[in-house]
Amino acid sequence: MFKIIKQLTSVVALFAVLFTFTTEAMAAKKSKTLKNTQKKGFVRCGVSQGLPGFSNADASGNWTGVDVDVCRAVAAAVLGDANKVKFTPLSAKERFTALTSGEIDILSRNTTWTLSRDADIGLTFVGVNFYDGQGFMVRKNSGYSSVNDFKDGISACTNLGTTTELNMRDFFNSKGISYEPVTFEKADEVVAAYDAGRCDTYTTDKSGLAAQRIKLSSPDDHIVLPETISKEPLGPVVRQGDSVWEDIVRWSLNVMIEAEEYGVNSGNADSMKTSDNPAIKRLVGAEGELGAAFGLDNDWSLRIIKQVGNYGESYKRNIADTGILPDRGPNELWTKGGILYVPPAR
Amino acid sequence: MNFKLKNILPQLITLLAVILVFGFFAYNAQVNMENRGIEFGFGFLSQESSFDVQFSLIDYDGSHSYARAYLVGLLNTLLVAFIGIILSTILGVIVGIARLSSNYLIERTAAWYVEFFRNIPLLLQIFFWYFAALRALPLPQDTEPMFGVFFLTIKGLFIPSFVWENLDIFIYSVIAAIISITVIRIYARKLQENEGKQLPVFSISVSLFIFLPLLTFLIGGVSLDLSVPELEQMSNTSFKYKGGLGIPPELIALTLALGLYTATFIAECVRAGIQGISKGQKEAAASIGLTPNQILKLVIMPQALRIIIPPTTNQYLNLTKNSSLAAAIAYPDLVLVFAGTALMQTGRAIEIVSITMFTYLSISLSISVLMNWYNKSIAIKEK
Repeated sequence: MFKIIKQLTSVVALFAVLFTFTTEAMAAKKSKTLKNTQKKGFVRCGVSQGLPGFSNADASGNWTGVDVDVCRAVAAAVLGDANKVKFTPLSAKERFTALTSGEIDILSRNTTWTLSRDADIGLTFVGVNFYDGQGFMVRKNSGYSSVNDFKDGISACTNLGTTTELNMRDFFNSKGISYEPVTFEKADEVVAAYDAGRCDTYTTDKSGLAAQRIKLSSPDDHIVLPETISKEPLGPVVRQGDSVWEDIVRWSLNVMIEAEEYGVNSGNADSMKTSDNPAIKRLVGAEGELGAAFGLDNDWSLRIIKQVGNYGESYKRNIADTGILPDRGPNELWTKGGILYVPPAR
Repeated sequence: MNFKLKNILPQLITLLAVILVFGFFAYNAQVNMENRGIEFGFGFLSQESSFDVQFSLIDYDGSHSYARAYLVGLLNTLLVAFIGIILSTILGVIVGIARLSSNYLIERTAAWYVEFFRNIPLLLQIFFWYFAALRALPLPQDTEPMFGVFFLTIKGLFIPSFVWENLDIFIYSVIAAIISITVIRIYARKLQENEGKQLPVFSISVSLFIFLPLLTFLIGGVSLDLSVPELEQMSNTSFKYKGGLGIPPELIALTLALGLYTATFIAECVRAGIQGISKGQKEAAASIGLTPNQILKLVIMPQALRIIIPPTTNQYLNLTKNSSLAAAIAYPDLVLVFAGTALMQTGRAIEIVSITMFTYLSISLSISVLMNWYNKSIAIKEK
């Protein structure tokens, strides 16, 4: 009798072990970040400390901007509600540490994609949601009409810990101009110092210049010089080592851009389910099983389009209508003369 | 044997616990970094930094290494700490003595100063001096020179710089003056102890200090030229100064804020020290015929210093550590240059933050050792 019980328990134990192994193996396909996010019920998203058009909080704490919309799209895809996002404002200096240490799961903070950042410090860039370039802002009455007018001894205000700081050096060195870099940790202080006359020029990404100009005491007295001195592809970043989560963020962004390409927007998304075009049907989840690859249901992309809108809607709402950069420039679809071109969602 | 074990055991357990806790964190960090593909190492220090720094005491630009950038930041931190400590000590001693003044107006002014500056957060004060006070300064082209050669503008304070010829001879003469003053002081002390005669040591010292270096100008071939800053136009509204020495407004604002803030605490230390000496000491000194100056110098201060030095050491340490707030106003100190830009450009958070922490620890311990040594040298020596 005693022996039988012993044998029985060992059999049960064996099954228990086997069962845990199989469920473990199934869960392994699911992402750990995804699992944690669904358990918590919100997406943890790192944003800027206030850059109008990209990530900016209003008086009641509602975040808006194209960077914010990337996080909202992910929340719509994995949680079903675009509002289930917890935003963490980060300075340029803090942003990567916050991501690698696991304080946030997506960094969507006008961050330039570079080789060393992508390869070296435990980060993975998943795409580009804004093509930008570095420019210079000067006072209108200064007489500078081009960067070629800059002379030895010019003082330039900028943010520390940015690619801007490095580009600035490359630029002034190639021109053979000596300059005084004045670098602040927070963008608001850069603006305040430039506004007070501490610096002759303020340099950062051109979208940033356009957005920060609004904060100056008299915005009309300042102009952005025409030259662009660098490539600044800005996009969302995730931690290295969770490829499923990486794919979810990448394709949440891609779906927004592809939706614009196919003319699917938040208003017509539901009716597009009966479209004749299979590409559109796949996009709104009426055909294929695209969500299953990430461990999501099939409506994930439809929710993104319905709740956040396509890229064009997001751009118009945040950047064009606010008067920051009404002209989309390179951030127009490839079919309309821009360089927005994403792999097909199929 | 048993008794010994009883003594050692708690210490061993504590040591073990400390090692375990640190080991746990180190192991955790290692595992996490491995999982996320982050490497650990100090090799990056020799790489080219490729960023420039606004203000440096040594030759530096982006083609130098990260190690050199670290040195730039360290020297800038030490510079602020040094100027700040001198400024706060001078101001603190004056205010501390003023608080004990019998003059009502002086006493109240000093008290107001102390209460006002020590009760406002330091970061706010730094912002005030940088943004509010500096904003009130004129642009370079609108500046009226002070005494014809000083220019205080929003871009900084521009002062004439010295252009030396045969500077080494001049420095030797200063060293010679210092040595001879020391010798005379020792001699004067002996003279007083043995024969009771007093030499006018102070006036002899001052005249030696002036006379010897002056001699090198007359016969040593030393000459000195002033390079006065001159306004130069870069564009319609941008101007800069050529020649002279430019002190960035960030440095001015930071030292001012740190100095004014820390001086309030030092003033209280000084006041406490002087009030800690019993009245009888002063009266006894007066009764043997010492002048008020001699009473302060020979009786009150030597005893008061013993009370003043230890808490003042704390304030020096605070000032040094508070200087890391520099990053808020773009003064390129250790935190801004190394734990800021260099950290961002390399992504080596753990390495850089630990180096920075050890650096501050070493600076603080050095100041502490120095002050403890000074404290010991003025302590009561029982014979």
